[in-house]
Order: sequence, then C-alpha cells, then structure tokens
Amino acid sequence: MAQNAAASADTFPKLLIRNARLYGARPAMRHKDLGIWQSWTWSETLDIVRAFAVGLHGLGVKRGETIAIVGGNRPKLYWSVMAAQMLGAIPVPVYADAVADELAFVLAHADVRFAAVEDQEQVDKILSVRERVPQLEFMLYDEKRGLRDYDHSRLRSMDDVIAEGRKALADRTVADWLDKEISSGKGSDPSIILYTSGTTGKSKGVVLTNERSIRAASDTVAFDKLTEHDVALAYLPLAWVGDHYLNYVQGLVSGFCTACPENPDTAMGDLREIGPSFYFAPPRTLELLLTRVMIRMEDAGFIRRKLFHYFITVARRYGERILNGQPVPLTGRMLYAIGNILVYGPLKNVLGFSRVRVAYTAGEAVGPDLFSFYRSIGLNLKQLYGQTEAFLYVTAQPDGQIYSDTVGPACPNVDIRIAENGEVQFKSPGMFSGYFKDDARTAEVMTPDGYVKTGDTGFFDDKTGHLKIIDRTNDVGKLNDGTLFPPKYIENKLKFYPNIREAVAFGDKRDFVCVMLNIDLTAVGSWAERNNVVYGSYQELAGHALVYDMIEKHVAEVNRSLAADRVTAGTQIRRFLVLHKELDADDGELTRTQKVRRSFIAERYAPLIKALYDGSKEADISTEVTFEDGRKGVISARVKIRDMQREPMAATMGKAA
Amino acid sequence: MRAPGGSTVAVGDVLLSVEDVSLSFGGVKAVSNVSFDIRKGEIRAIIGPNGAGKTSMLNIINGFYQPQQGRITFKGKTRAKMRPHDAAYGGIARTFQNVALFRGMTALDNIMAGRTLKMHANFFWQMLRHGPAMREEVEHRHRVEEIIDFLKIQEIRRVPVGRLPYGLQKRVELGRALAMEPELLLLDEPMAGMNLEEKEDMSRFVLDANDYYGTTIALIEHDMGVVMDLSDRVVVLDHGIKIADGVPDEVKRDQTVIDAYLGVAH
Repeated sequence: MAQNAAASADTFPKLLIRNARLYGARPAMRHKDLGIWQSWTWSETLDIVRAFAVGLHGLGVKRGETIAIVGGNRPKLYWSVMAAQMLGAIPVPVYADAVADELAFVLAHADVRFAAVEDQEQVDKILSVRERVPQLEFMLYDEKRGLRDYDHSRLRSMDDVIAEGRKALADRTVADWLDKEISSGKGSDPSIILYTSGTTGKSKGVVLTNERSIRAASDTVAFDKLTEHDVALAYLPLAWVGDHYLNYVQGLVSGFCTACPENPDTAMGDLREIGPSFYFAPPRTLELLLTRVMIRMEDAGFIRRKLFHYFITVARRYGERILNGQPVPLTGRMLYAIGNILVYGPLKNVLGFSRVRVAYTAGEAVGPDLFSFYRSIGLNLKQLYGQTEAFLYVTAQPDGQIYSDTVGPACPNVDIRIAENGEVQFKSPGMFSGYFKDDARTAEVMTPDGYVKTGDTGFFDDKTGHLKIIDRTNDVGKLNDGTLFPPKYIENKLKFYPNIREAVAFGDKRDFVCVMLNIDLTAVGSWAERNNVVYGSYQELAGHALVYDMIEKHVAEVNRSLAADRVTAGTQIRRFLVLHKELDADDGELTRTQKVRRSFIAERYAPLIKALYDGSKEADISTEVTFEDGRKGVISARVKIRDMQREPMAATMGKAA
Repeated sequence: MRAPGGSTVAVGDVLLSVEDVSLSFGGVKAVSNVSFDIRKGEIRAIIGPNGAGKTSMLNIINGFYQPQQGRITFKGKTRAKMRPHDAAYGGIARTFQNVALFRGMTALDNIMAGRTLKMHANFFWQMLRHGPAMREEVEHRHRVEEIIDFLKIQEIRRVPVGRLPYGLQKRVELGRALAMEPELLLLDEPMAGMNLEEKEDMSRFVLDANDYYGTTIALIEHDMGVVMDLSDRVVVLDHGIKIADGVPDEVKRDQTVIDAYLGVAH
C-alpha cells in the first residue's frame, strides 16, 4: 500500500503532502524538550515546512542552490532539509562534530550561500572560517542562546523565518505560488548531497536524486514491512547516509514517526522512553552497550550475577534457534521462557529494545559473539551492507536467514556481481548520480557498464547464497610467505574483548603479524578499581604491567582461535603493544564514523611499527594531538612491546568449533 | 526570567554596598574596614591570597556571619548586618567552596529544592500533592527544566548527585542557586578543582547566566586567567584589608596586588 502511494509521489515535498493527507493526525516527529516529549503530526509538519520554505525564499533561497545543514538530530534541522527540498534547493548536511577545517572544506566545495545550524557553537565555528567561505550569505540558527549580541545582519533565528513565512502564506497568491513550486519539482532533481566521511582522503559529495531515493526506500520499507505505526529514534549523525536513509527517507516513505533525543548524551535514556520499533546501531554502539551491561553485572550482588550468567548461557544455547523458528527441545523452551521473565525481558527494557521489531547493524564487521548475544536475548538484529553511493542498502538479511558472518542476499532490485579481483560491484535503484563537481572521481568508481565499485572484497557463500565481505580490497594483504592477511578479521576478533577498544593489525609484506591496541577506559578502569590498580591518566593505565598481562591473555586466546582455522593459522599475532593514547577522529586517526584509517596510522606511528618488527622491547613516540577546542599539543611516551607464544595448529587441537 | 521581588535597582546602579565592614573571630581580624559595592548586572570578582577574608566577605553578604561594625546596603535598604532570611528572600543565592548538595537526591530534586522559597501552597496540599500544590509543582518544574536545559545536564536529571563527578556536582549546585532566580548570585570558587575543559564550560555558564538571566554575580576565584576574563570589576583583599579595586587591567598592573598576590618579582 505504502509503496504504491509512494511511487506516485516522485519528490519528498510531494510525499510530505501525501503523508499529511493519509496520516494527518499521526505523529511525524517527536522531540524531548524541557523534559517533555513534544510531538508534531504530519499535517502540522506540512504547515511548518510550508511556512519555513516561504521564509527561506524570502531570504533568497532559490531552486538548485545548496544549503548547508549543520547540527544534531533536531526537528528544525530536519524541517530545514524538507523546506529546502520544497523550494527545489539542495540540502547539504555536515557532521556537527566536524572541526572547522573540514567544515570549511564542505561549505566551500558545495558553494553554499545559506547554512541552517543548531546553535552558537556552530555559528562560531562557521564564523571562524568565514574568509574561506566568502559566498556564504546567511546563517539560520535553531537555539538562540548566547547569540543575542551577535550581528544579525547575516544571521536569523529559524523561529523568525518560519513566522515570517507563515505571515506571508496568509496571502492566497503566495500559497498558490508555493503549490506551483512543489508541483514543478521533478523526480530527477537532486534531493541531497551527502559528503562521505572519507575513509580514503578528502570527502566527496555524493549527489542523490529524489526519485531514486524514494524508489530505494520503497523497496526496503516493503522488505521490513514498515508502516506509519512504527517509531524510530534518530540519534546518529544527521549528515550520515544511515540517518538520512533510515529515518528521514524511510520516515517520509512509510509515514513512521521519527523521535529526536533531548541531546546527544541522553540518547540511551530516550531510547528507553520512546521504545522504538525500528532500530539501527553500528557494531560499536552495540559493543558499548554490552560492555556497560557486563560491567554493571560484575558489580551486582552474588545471586543476581549467578542468575544472569546462568540464563545468558541458556539464551546462548536456545535463544537464536527460537528466534529463527528452528526446533528446540521443550526443556530449552521452558528455561528460555523463565529467563525471558527474569533476565532477557528486563535487560531489553533497560536497553530500550522491548518493542524493537527490526534492528539492523552495519558499517563494520560485527563480532559473531556480539551478534549472537543480542539475537539470543530475542532482539531481531540483522545485518545489512551498504554504501553512501548506493544510498545505503546493497544487501540485507531477510527474517529467518540470519548469519553473523554474512551480510545477506542482494536487496530487492539490486544487482550484485563480484569482479575478477574479488571486488564487490553493484547496481541499485538508489544509486548516486555522481560526486558533486568531481567527474574524475565519479569515473573512478563507475564501471563502463554502469556498476559501482564498492572497494570491498567479498564473495557469495556457497552454503547460504549470502554475500560475505572480508575486508576493504585495498587492505587485504599478504605476508611475505604468501599467507593471506585480512587485517580487519584479526582486529574484530580482538575487539570483541570489552577491554580492547580498538585494534590495528599490521602484516602486509611483512614476516609476521603485529598489532597496536587501545584499551577501553570504561572497562579497564572498572577492572583497575576492583583490583586496586592506581592510575592517573589513560596513558599510565595503558602502560601498566598488569594491564599488559591481561591483554596478553586476550591476544593468546585470539591466537588460539586463529590457529583453529587452517587458513588463518599463519596470521597469528607475534607481537603487540598498547598505545599510549586513544585513536581519535580529531587527530585524523579514525573517520567521523569511527573507522580506523590504517595507512594514516601506519605513517603517524612509524617508529612504533619499526620497533614491532626489529625486536626491541620498547619504543619512544611523540605525537601531535588536537584538543576539542582545536588547539594542538604533543603527547610523548615510551611504549612497551610484548612477544607472544605461537599456538599449535588446529590439527593438534582436536576440537575446533 | 528576571528576578521578582520588586527590585527597584536599575542596571548599572549599585545593588549592594558594604561600608567599613569589620569582622573578627576572637583576636583574629578576618575583615577590617572593607568597603566596596556591586552594581546591578555586573560580574564582580573578589580575589586575594589564602586567608585574605574572601569567603568571610561572602558570608557577611549573605548573612551567614554578622560583622561587628559597618553597614550593608542592599537594594537601597541599609542594615548593620544581613540576616540569612533577609538575604534569601531579598534574592541572594550562593554556591559553596565545598559542594553542599543533598547527595542522595537526584540532580532534578536538588535543583527543585532551590525553588522552595517560591512555593506558596500550604503543607496540607503539598502532602496530598494535589490541587494548588500540583499546579505549583508543574510551574516550578517547568522553571527547573529551563535551568537543566540552560546548564545542559539533561542526561543526569535522574542521577543521585552523590554519584556524579565533581565538575557536574558544581554545575548542579549552580543550577540550584539559579533556581532561586536570584538578583545577586554569590559563587565561592566555582572552578576550584576543575580541569581546563570543565573550567571553560563553567565560565561559559557564568557568563550566560549573567547575560541571559541578567543575574548580578559576585565570585571568588583563584584562577587568575578566569577572573580576568570573566569579571567586569575586581576587588582585591589581603589579610582582611582591601588593597585594590577596579577593572581587571588596572588591578593586574597594581604593584601592591602584584606583591601581595601574584608574587614579588626578583
């Protein structure tokens, strides 16, 4: 039903009008403000967005122009996107935590004349790079606090703009003009430009069109049976394709309600209050949640702890099979039902998962244990594989066909092929139309016959027919003896341990594998507290001998599991070190979506890598760091290196699960 | 949200002045013959080395200590000494050098406690939590939520204060003082023991409170950078005696201050 109606509306403003007609009294958006959840129905949203669009037009926003959107998940920023689209202008969301330099690059590259921003922080940031974006004329802000004394000749509050628009709309001719503007929008018009987080170098502006976006979302909305009765919490960055697709576009296509958290720090609590039915979390968030639960359980009383661990074991045995509808012995079902009352239900409630019908994770390979943990307690967590260039979905797992090591079969209407070098290539309904002002790089990722190169190596699994992604094509390497070296595979095994936050493996064109690790301050800090380990800083804790001992045990376990498989036995970790600082996106070591930038790290920590391979027991390193306010400083440290025992091969182990 | 209470003082006029105030404990002279004033709308800093009598001065202003001599004029009314309830009802709120919150209560309840003086429903209705008491609570809760939003502490609304890190406790304490909608806010070392980031946050809140709520602020602080950046005027005490008074730049160059406080250059 929904997708038929959607097909008739080929632009987002037309979809908004359709939603106001079909689901007028249903909530379109919620936002917690001053401690109370405020709601806006679809028809209220349409009214506001119409007024906003007229107000923007009054400021000079014209068809085909770009307008930057900078800030967190707030209704007024989503409405800015809608209002811009209503006028045929192209919204360009920018990561709210982008440092001034990145922000200036995007604003200048996208030629924005207008920027809709959240608050004073963003206004200040843009003002600080003003000379690099001379074409910027106007800024609109949502939160007026602290901005009273600013020069308002180029600054306006969104509330005022909406109010002006509303006044103007009282005039019949203006309303008619707006209707005509909306109906003259075409499906082939660009609807948004999403700048990629830039795993590889400078970010690129991915141009998506109305009609393709809507077509892609109609497919997935039908695939997951999303309706106007569903609810999602928009807590991931506005500028990320995932938020734009999953919440904004799917919301408009299916008519579901998008809830915005009170502020970024309250998202966990808001999740519990809203109880979404559609949920997305990157593996890192799921990891973080699990770590938190585990830490709290360690601190719980004896009986509770025993109860928890007993029923988690039960869940690991039967939970996934029950969820998949496979046969389970009666005692298993009964134990699981008791566990559900005592442990899983309350746990899901605390995490805000009680009403989740469909949950997805993507972005990085998810640890099998992590994945099955959530599924075993009854959360219908699935994997998808996607890209900004595809407008998210390339593959997704259908209900009942869930495997932790695959990303599922191709989505409806998506065509996938594996190139000769193992690279995954696709053609999809939501496919981008090109990189903004960058034909050269567009040509680089497109094949002559119209497929998009993903840059990921993968293959179709014989048993399930699902796609399996191994690693970035450029990252998969070989040891000097020819053994295949997939760094991410090793890193993910390490990262499953709550104490290890980040891992970077080296081994390409080397004799053996070494890793650099980041400890997780929450988990290791709590361990330190329980074991009377005193420390003054992250650096001190990371270099502590007892911490090294603990990490060494984890690495040994990983080696054992690598040894269990013939293919990976050669990639056992020979030496490791714990880094003296956390890898940080502000220092360029991670992308804004928290992915490791391997080559950059290799360069930056070259002295450490040299020490890993020349056999020294420790090495000195000093690195420049960027603080949150943009100032720079230098951290120096002496980092210790540990050697590992080689584990025997699988053949002698006997048991390999 | 300006402070009620029939303030007649215009911005820029003297809100509070102390004249020739002296306070001694036995033979120890904590404050002797100090005079200065605080103008409506300004941020006024009181600085000085340890034991200079800064906290005593705040305690005199809000009626916690009663000076042996001198006069205090607040909102045009001259008294020989403040009494705590005069201060509280007159619109003076303060925070303490050591955090003084109800540790077992949530951040929300602590800030709500700051509204006590503004509650008028009688005990009977409050016990029933019904009728006028409920209406009043909703109204006060709204004000408190504005302050929570202002201080950006939404995520700790329901967390018992005892479990919060020190920097956040300080922020909750500021919230409770702001909940009184004070005309004059006394801050006793609001940034003591904070790291750089927390100090910057707190400075921003102090400036914003001054700007947004129009609250007059008198603060004691040890961090010179903070004092010089934040305050409009600075009074310097040493051994209970006022040794300088003026705008930060003046005070910074004053030789007596440099000798007494910032150290004599050799």
